[in-house]
Amino acid sequence: MTAYLPSLFGGMLLGLSAVLLLLVNGRIAGISGILGNLLGARNAAAGIAFVIGLLAGPFLYAAVLGDLPAMTVTASWPAVLLAGLLVGIGTRMGSGCTSGHGILGLARFSKRSLAATATFLVAGIISATTMGVFG
Amino acid sequence: MNAARPAVALVAGAIFGFGLSLSGMVDPARVLGFLDIASGHWDPSLMFVLGGAVLVTVPGMMIQRGMVKPVLDRRFHLPEKTAIDAPLLFGSALFGIGWGLAGFCPGPAISALATGSLPVVLFVAAMAAGMILHDRFLSASPR
Repeated sequence: MTAYLPSLFGGMLLGLSAVLLLLVNGRIAGISGILGNLLGARNAAAGIAFVIGLLAGPFLYAAVLGDLPAMTVTASWPAVLLAGLLVGIGTRMGSGCTSGHGILGLARFSKRSLAATATFLVAGIISATTMGVFG
Repeated sequence: MNAARPAVALVAGAIFGFGLSLSGMVDPARVLGFLDIASGHWDPSLMFVLGGAVLVTVPGMMIQRGMVKPVLDRRFHLPEKTAIDAPLLFGSALFGIGWGLAGFCPGPAISALATGSLPVVLFVAAMAAGMILHDRFLSASPR
């Protein structure tokens, strides 16, 4: 029960970050896009700065709340490697991930992002539920 | 001006990383608890993350529509594609399968590197390889 409020406030911070980046820098806070651009050495300075901020986030959390956030990886390492590969290919091919399509696309009422979000949510539920049943 | 945009990106990234930590998105066990609906202890709390985010971004987009240009750039860099095509759906499905397999999407995976966990390093390395693989060899129009 107590997890709902941190999730809500955490989500609002994600929204605030995305709005800040859009209204000031004119850029979409799509993490897969930012990472893909970094790997291709485009928009390097702002992209690197954003990623450094992402890395600093858990330490800021620890500074405020006393400890790093809980983080438990349950998947085996072959599953982790396959998952990383699929997430990398999939987010580039699908032009976005949970941030670009899920947070900003939905707020822009983009039908493309709605279709993407519904697709990766359903695929994620099928994948995780199948792994839960057989894993 | 030249340092201003990276400075804003740094602040935005830090807020994003803090938000991911606070919301539970950075914990793959929580994410899988949300995505695995047959576990018998389904955890719907992560729906509130998307809800909270959209609660802020919808008014943010209304402000954006009233602005001629962003504060530090000549124009807004918004996606121009509108077609719901095969790469969008196929790519999103691949992403979803990977997301459900390990419980990580790109942002939380980068933030989780802060914990120094080896599986996270493996995930991020594989994700980077996947992105490079796509952009070099699988993309119809190389960017």
